[in-house]
Amino acid sequence: MTMSNHLWFLIPEAILMVGVVITAITGLMRSVSIRQSTPAVAAVFVIASGVASVFVFSPEHLDTTTFLMPALGRWVGVITSAVGLVLILNSVGQVDRRLEKAVAAGRLRFDPLRASGGEYYAFMLLSLAGLMLICTANDLIWLFLALELTSLPTYVLVAMSRTNKLAQEAAMKYFFLGAMSAAIFLYGFALLYAATGTIEFDQMRRAFQSQTADGGLGALAIAGLLLSLFGIGFKLAAAPLHLYAADVYEGASAPVTAFLGFVPKAAGVLAIMMLLVTTGLSELSNSLPYPIMIMLWVVAVLTMTLGNIGALLQRSIKRMLAYSSIAHSGYLMIGIIAGPGIGYTAVLFYLLAYGIGNTAAFSVLSALERRGEELTTLEDLAGLRKRHPLMAAVLAISSGSLLGFPPLLGFWGKLMLFIAGIQTGQIVLVIIAAVNSAISGWYYLKLVAVPVMATPTARSESVERGPSNWPRVAGVIMVVATLVLPIFLSWLYMQSSDSAQTAAAMRARTQAESTEVLESAQASARLVPVPGVQASLNSPSNR
Amino acid sequence: MIWGWLLLLLPIVGGVFIVGSSAKAARSIALLATLATFGASIAAAFEFGVWGTGEYGLQSTVEWLPEVGINLSIGADSVAMLLILLTTFLMPLAVLGSWTAVGERLKEYYGWLLLIETAMIGVFLARDLVFFYICFEFTLVPMYFLIAIYGGAGRARACVKFFLYTFTGSLLALVGFLYVAWCYAETHGSWTFQISTLCEFAAGTFTLSQQLWVLTALVIGFAVKIPLFPLHTWLPLAHTEAPTAGSVILAGVLLKLGTYGIYRFVLPMTPDAVVEWAPILGILAIVGILYAGLICWVQTDVKKLVAYSSVSHLGFCVLGLFALNPLGLQGSVLYMINHGLSTGGLFFLVGMMYERYHTRDMDTVGGLAKRMPVWAFFMVFFVLASVGLPGLNGFVSEFLCLLGTFAAGDSGSYPGVYGPWFAAFAALGMIVAAMYLLIMVGKIVFGALKEPAVDDHHGLPADLSAREITVLVPIAVMCVVLGVQPWIAMDAMEGSINETLAAYPGIVKDAIQQVADSGTSLLVGGQKP
Repeated sequence: MTMSNHLWFLIPEAILMVGVVITAITGLMRSVSIRQSTPAVAAVFVIASGVASVFVFSPEHLDTTTFLMPALGRWVGVITSAVGLVLILNSVGQVDRRLEKAVAAGRLRFDPLRASGGEYYAFMLLSLAGLMLICTANDLIWLFLALELTSLPTYVLVAMSRTNKLAQEAAMKYFFLGAMSAAIFLYGFALLYAATGTIEFDQMRRAFQSQTADGGLGALAIAGLLLSLFGIGFKLAAAPLHLYAADVYEGASAPVTAFLGFVPKAAGVLAIMMLLVTTGLSELSNSLPYPIMIMLWVVAVLTMTLGNIGALLQRSIKRMLAYSSIAHSGYLMIGIIAGPGIGYTAVLFYLLAYGIGNTAAFSVLSALERRGEELTTLEDLAGLRKRHPLMAAVLAISSGSLLGFPPLLGFWGKLMLFIAGIQTGQIVLVIIAAVNSAISGWYYLKLVAVPVMATPTARSESVERGPSNWPRVAGVIMVVATLVLPIFLSWLYMQSSDSAQTAAAMRARTQAESTEVLESAQASARLVPVPGVQASLNSPSNR
Repeated sequence: MIWGWLLLLLPIVGGVFIVGSSAKAARSIALLATLATFGASIAAAFEFGVWGTGEYGLQSTVEWLPEVGINLSIGADSVAMLLILLTTFLMPLAVLGSWTAVGERLKEYYGWLLLIETAMIGVFLARDLVFFYICFEFTLVPMYFLIAIYGGAGRARACVKFFLYTFTGSLLALVGFLYVAWCYAETHGSWTFQISTLCEFAAGTFTLSQQLWVLTALVIGFAVKIPLFPLHTWLPLAHTEAPTAGSVILAGVLLKLGTYGIYRFVLPMTPDAVVEWAPILGILAIVGILYAGLICWVQTDVKKLVAYSSVSHLGFCVLGLFALNPLGLQGSVLYMINHGLSTGGLFFLVGMMYERYHTRDMDTVGGLAKRMPVWAFFMVFFVLASVGLPGLNGFVSEFLCLLGTFAAGDSGSYPGVYGPWFAAFAALGMIVAAMYLLIMVGKIVFGALKEPAVDDHHGLPADLSAREITVLVPIAVMCVVLGVQPWIAMDAMEGSINETLAAYPGIVKDAIQQVADSGTSLLVGGQKP
């Protein structure tokens, strides 16, 4: 693959980068109307990059890549931009709120140094770009940079999202632990380099395959993988690196928390999939090295169990959702353990379902406020149904989807993970996950029950609409998606399973097809070979 | 066939109309929609064409996720069709019964009622496992909101407990289902969730230990719903706190989803394991019958009494199912229908009393025969139907269940494991039932008139209104019809029942073969080879 080829696949990210520059400028303009259009600008670029990724990752271009999972970018690009769009809508009206109010009232002159609206959206776009970049990673350095590009802006987002001490504390915690985890997985990457002598995925894969053929991966490789997975587990908030999640989620503002709940998590999951495919996994040879399997298994069980039990104990809505998102990382691990093919398909599908459900729940928190502050405890939701029926419905349906209740989208995500787990013989893991889902019913049900049944208190009576209507719109869109998308299940499944294919499986398939075509061509005594087939047989990258 | 889809869609269409209408029109629309569905089900019953055989009628399939073999596949055998008729029969009455009882959030209330009707019909119509599971689970949502919004004082705990119990159980059942589907995919190379294919596959190829695992998962899922002792604790709460129509639907149809699940999945899917475990399940059923009966005896809350009596009665149903012979199974399916009718009637009556006096306490209300003779007539009638008075419906099914249990030991071609002792203990339950129900009648219907001080009757006449009588008469008529002519239903279901039990005579033959080979008796329960 040439450089210009690789650049072609970066078009979606390039679009986002242009967006970064433009939002950073518009956010600091003196004109109020331009300043207020910043989220719209960001939204346009996010949509554009999503559309671009559909075209960029079209089949004819994929033939020329050396990516280990060639079509991954299409699915990830689309869901990143879809969820990203909602995350941006959630933030409308929240950033620089006091400053803008003061400026509007004429108490203050607008001072670009004190405003953070531009950076806020710019960092969001940067982080989204990092998530997309993971899919086009071809070597360890790229993967590392993409992971860090996803995470670094989030540290800043947490810090700037609110002006209180809690947010600062959260940002510090998040940053230091994030830096530590980055060091861990970078060390793991170094060991992987030591084990294979290369940082290129394609060559690593060959090295690993020859190691496997010689009787299993070497100790260095195993150690490198363990460290890398462990470190990346931080991005997923996977146990035992999950402890930061509750504090950070609570400290950040609701839109940023929604962001943290999806973007770094998706990045971590994709990075783990990439690394595992590098070790030679594919639909054709699907067996994890034993130590890795044990580690992932233990992490999965711990993550979902600790996440769910933690969520049960919370009174704060955001902490509860934080722990619930930890639990979802545990469910995602089932698909990762199940491996390429149906396992990764399920992971990609679940990312969509989880992203939509989780973001919708946070949309409710972004759309409501109490005396200018976010809702904090469950009691704030008491009687919500009476005063804000729409938001109560959004919260109920998104909790149902997160719980995995049929026929909502989340159910299908969970069903696919369960099928994937059972198909690869992980019945015990699936039973544990089922029990965990049952536990999660207890707290998700609170999010449905409290707004419907609890008697309103003085606190909950003072809950009113937030500064902007966009988070409401975002929530409604997402909830409609959880209701409507199951109708197009077959199509969604096809898309996610196409995107989850590894290059090895794709090559095997095209080879099988092309031999068939070739044979039929020869049988019909045509002397001119079919051009595409010939090319694909001859080109070295398709071996 | 269009009729199946029509049955599923009519209530939803009604629901859509309700969303677009005013609150006042909601109940009329709901009544029309449920009546239309009832009409459609009658028409479907005529179109059905396979009564009495083991075939499926009303079949139709729409592809959904063919990659993993999940389709919207519907169809009903005779048993399912009977239960659909029961559902559609009870629903208009439930709407009519809540005419004045529910005064707020009318649109939502009737919307949930219509949704739950679709979900229940969906359970009986489903021929695809995932579709079955979706409908089975989805019945929880409307019921949850019916209890949560319109329920009594303790509704918060009741609906959460109800939801979590059932949800947990059915998740385990789902894992069992997925395991069976996966085993099928392993051997055949492609996924399917077609219920009959999977049942045949599992019964044919699973080893005993595989079957035991699947049976455990499924029985836990369904036992919560039935509810089987000791998983019954959610039921009294949910029943007591639910609004009248909610209790009627819960007792009338939702509990039967559990027994129907056992009939549809457990019996044909895991025959060897069922033979192995039937004694344990039978003992649990009998414990449930007696234990719940004794609890009823000391109840002072009428509604709670009726609720616990459901636990007791459903024990007979389970016993009949695991008697593993056509007699017991026929009794059991008939019991599902009869219990739906008579207990549904009792819940209606308790609700009508509650609407007038706002209490269900037998110590504060009593001797109502003097105040409400018509109500008292129906009360005595349904209690007798429930107790099992010959001539009314309860008797036939209870008798058949016990007969099936009694004969289980030596009924030739079927591997019965129960026998006279089981029947004897279960029959004690009938005596207990007669005792507590008649004590209840004695207290609230007869004796000196006791009324709570505040009874403004909320605009209702002292005795039943024409509307309320209209609710009760159809149920009473059906009780008499099924009591006098039970063969209508029994003949209709015969073929399906033989189909469900198809695997069992084979087990007996194998066992006899083994006995002949080894010379030692391997059969349990005094089977004479």
